[in-house]
Amino acid sequence: MAEVLVYVDHVDGAVRKPTLELLTLARRIGEPVAVALGAGAADTAAVLAEHGAVKVLTADAPEFTEYLVVPKVDALQAAYDAVSPVAVLVPSSAEGKEIAARLAVRIGSGIITDAVDLEAGDEGPVATQAAFAASFTTKSRVSKGTPVITVKPNSAPVEAAPAAGAVEALAVTFGALATGTKVVSRTPRESTGRPELTEAAIVVSGGRGVNGAENFHIIEALADSLGAAVGASRAAVDAGWYPHSNQVGQTGKSVSPQLYIASGISGAIQHRAGMQTSKTIVAINKDSEAPIFDLVDYGVVGDLFAVVPQLTEEIQARKG
Amino acid sequence: MSLRIVVCVKYVPDATGDRHFADDLTVDRDDVDGLLSELDEYAVEQALQIADEADDAEITVLTVGPEDAKDALRKALSMGADKAIHVEDDDLHGTDVMGTSLVLAKAIEKAGYDLVITGMASTDGTMAVLPAILAERLGVPQVTLLSEVKVEDGTVTGRRDGDTASEQLEASLPALVSVTDQSGEARYPSFKGIMAAKKKPVEAWDLSDLEIEADEVGLEGSWTTVDSAAQRPARTAGTIVKDEGEGGKQLAGFLAEQKFI
Repeated sequence: MAEVLVYVDHVDGAVRKPTLELLTLARRIGEPVAVALGAGAADTAAVLAEHGAVKVLTADAPEFTEYLVVPKVDALQAAYDAVSPVAVLVPSSAEGKEIAARLAVRIGSGIITDAVDLEAGDEGPVATQAAFAASFTTKSRVSKGTPVITVKPNSAPVEAAPAAGAVEALAVTFGALATGTKVVSRTPRESTGRPELTEAAIVVSGGRGVNGAENFHIIEALADSLGAAVGASRAAVDAGWYPHSNQVGQTGKSVSPQLYIASGISGAIQHRAGMQTSKTIVAINKDSEAPIFDLVDYGVVGDLFAVVPQLTEEIQARKG
Repeated sequence: MSLRIVVCVKYVPDATGDRHFADDLTVDRDDVDGLLSELDEYAVEQALQIADEADDAEITVLTVGPEDAKDALRKALSMGADKAIHVEDDDLHGTDVMGTSLVLAKAIEKAGYDLVITGMASTDGTMAVLPAILAERLGVPQVTLLSEVKVEDGTVTGRRDGDTASEQLEASLPALVSVTDQSGEARYPSFKGIMAAKKKPVEAWDLSDLEIEADEVGLEGSWTTVDSAAQRPARTAGTIVKDEGEGGKQLAGFLAEQKFI
């Protein structure tokens, strides 16, 4: 059966959820062969095997952490040469997209980014994407070379599908460009203990209506009651109320959770671009004319300072 | 020695307009006004700041697109860029990111450069892969997604804020840089800048100037094919309640019904 390369996003051997989702999609096209790089690469094998990887190719070298992106492209290309897959799937993170992009150029292939679904087709995998602030849905395929496709988090269920997952060392030769961009220092982001925004099943966001950094704790309290990630609109970020890394929208992050709760967000097109593919959308806003209400499954016209705390309290009460 | 900076910009359909696809499933550009992609304004701004710090620098703005795309170049020139290159050719209609990057790479090489600066993504396609592809094609280091950038003594340094860490990066010129909207507010063109822009040179190149064959670009030469594009059905009208003291509880009821609680 045809093999599909799956690039593994992991932190010291802990596989991130979007990679497990990729394995579900990869199995629709062929047999997943996972590629895990860097410290702890071999530790990923068990969980990858449990989710369908027939083989796990691993490599570790200081180049993966000391230089930006290109060493990982060299390694993925080595895996590509070794396996001759029918497709290469990569999670749609910022780095994942850059790795996929450079690989596509090298192997002379087209690239599709931010797929939200993937199916086998007569002429290769067919990817579903959202276009124009998610007002359109397109179906596309790569027509030259081996399809390289990046997939957004929350695009497929994580399914157990035990496979061999045999670990094999991948031989990688780094090219001249690999050491072009040096990572001089790396400061890990302080963990909030909340899920990563782009991967979260539930996102609770605050906007202009939150009216100050000191009020964001009520958004955070609601998020914590639901085990959700916290997002912010551009207005809230530009005002300095919340970090840019939490910005949802055209110039921030694109999210596609099961549930999106917007508080004090009017819903300008730039914000909708980043959240419109959310499965269920809820909004709380004082202004009954706010465009966000055109998108919602459930909306409350009211003061968020009254509604959000009451909601949080009720959720906690129901959870007992 | 002069620092040659090339800034790649894109002319995009206004996101607040009614964007849709034409019959050939390319973006319909006739029905919606275009403008300089907002994220590219940050690239122009950083180029201007780097040029200010350099002894001698020249900023060229480059775009690939139809006649109207000149508007994007004019905006960048009025912000303070020195000259512009417009690559226009009928055969470019429907070109995807692989083809566009090929045209940009050839044009950048023809123009001559020490530093290429782009925005982090376009505001229409929002793929965010062009900077990495361009670096690969040019064979230069990529120093991408920077929220801070500095060029000194032939070295570019910058800060990349990722999901899990913030990284300090360094590369030797020639290099390619992409900047985020956190790199610094883009300036507004002054009246003087707008007037000066009218006199600045805009070179027009076509595919033959870049020795690119028609079948390497355009819809036919595209590396990807769009099979269908459908407008998402409008969301069915949701339930909207007015808070009269129980809004939070009512919403909790809805979330429980939907099994989120």
